[in-house]
Amino acid sequence: MSDHAQDVTLIVNGERVTRRVEPRQHLIDFLRHELELTGAHIGCEHGVCGACTVRVDGEIVRGCLFLAVQADGCRVDTIEGLTESGELADLQKAFVERNALQCGFCTPGMLIASAALLAQTPNASRADIRAYLSGNYCRCTGYHAIVDAVETVARARGGMGRK
Amino acid sequence: MKPAPFAYAKPSSLDQVFDLLDRHGESARLLAGGQSLVPTLAFRLSTPSLLIDLGGIPGLSGISVSAGVVRIGAMTRHAALDRSKDIARHLPLLAQAVPHIGHPAIRNRGTIGGSLAFADPAAELPACAVALDARLVLAGRGGRRVVTARNFFKGLYETDLRLGEVLVAVEFPALDLGYRSRFAELARRHGDYAMVGLAAHGRVDGERVQDVRLAFFGVGAKPVLATRAIKELEGQTLSPTALALAGEALGEDLDPPDDLNGSGKTKLHLARVMLTRTLREMSA
Repeated sequence: MSDHAQDVTLIVNGERVTRRVEPRQHLIDFLRHELELTGAHIGCEHGVCGACTVRVDGEIVRGCLFLAVQADGCRVDTIEGLTESGELADLQKAFVERNALQCGFCTPGMLIASAALLAQTPNASRADIRAYLSGNYCRCTGYHAIVDAVETVARARGGMGRK
Repeated sequence: MKPAPFAYAKPSSLDQVFDLLDRHGESARLLAGGQSLVPTLAFRLSTPSLLIDLGGIPGLSGISVSAGVVRIGAMTRHAALDRSKDIARHLPLLAQAVPHIGHPAIRNRGTIGGSLAFADPAAELPACAVALDARLVLAGRGGRRVVTARNFFKGLYETDLRLGEVLVAVEFPALDLGYRSRFAELARRHGDYAMVGLAAHGRVDGERVQDVRLAFFGVGAKPVLATRAIKELEGQTLSPTALALAGEALGEDLDPPDDLNGSGKTKLHLARVMLTRTLREMSA
């Protein structure tokens, strides 16, 4: 550790953690390497691919464009915590049923982004879903199955699911 | 890639920021939303010795409207602009532009001040600020000064900000009666930086346009106000002839460099198509 290291305390998936971190460490590396929460992935490391999407204080962020030191005092939720709480259960089931993943690398980011969309726009149309998920790359599915899965959940949750 | 090591400070007042800037000079960088700066750190295009996080200073974010002026604090996030009824009502150009900035996760963090101070030539908000004749409020130890957007952007990632100064707010004239705004952008993927973009604003009376401002972005080192095309259009009805003359004049306004998205010639063609379409939409 260099002289620059600082203590940070944050709530990760409901648990309070305190660690000493280097300011240059991205939140995503902190979660993966320090806390061994490897669900969110590192893809491009410059904000383009969306594989590292996590929630900070209830809002989705890029884990690679957020420094761990900035998370001091924040509440961070990752795919592990959101899976355990059951919040994403219907989305996860729909992703499996509609074959909305193949290699699975983008899936944690897709799920968290999709959940954010449906929280904000419960009756999201296919066009809304495509626009919202434009920041999350998938190199396997061609996206159709992902849009199908999110649309399925939007309808099942009682949103109208416009065409 | 990982950034080179740096120290991190999160001051709680502007005076503390000025102290840090005095002490560290050019080796310090201000961190607003980090959505442009953090990637440059990862690429090691920027290797500051200190990051000064502006996230702990009260009073730097928020939107207020008074006496025909919309004042936006520098730390106001894109997502807040997107949700704001004041922005939708008084600054429709910004309301149209914001959904083009990155992606939802990026708009949750990125700030208007960060975008303006970073001055990426392909970014949306600098062009909007130029088109709307915004005024930028810069704070320094000795006080504040106000610079128009047209004078603020100097060149590639270069602004009028002096060492020791912080951009604290932006003031836009609220939408006037008879004026309309139209924002257009071409990108390979929604949310990516623009290949070509246009922030247009002007008074539209039937098919006649007056006081029109056309700020192109993604086509030069900074937002480009298309002064020759504007001159051609002033007071004209949007006839095919007037649009053709404006398109021709645009060739003198813009000299887009070749880049990965295409040749300069292609970009000029796209800009001309965008000009015609946008003006027609404004007068429709």
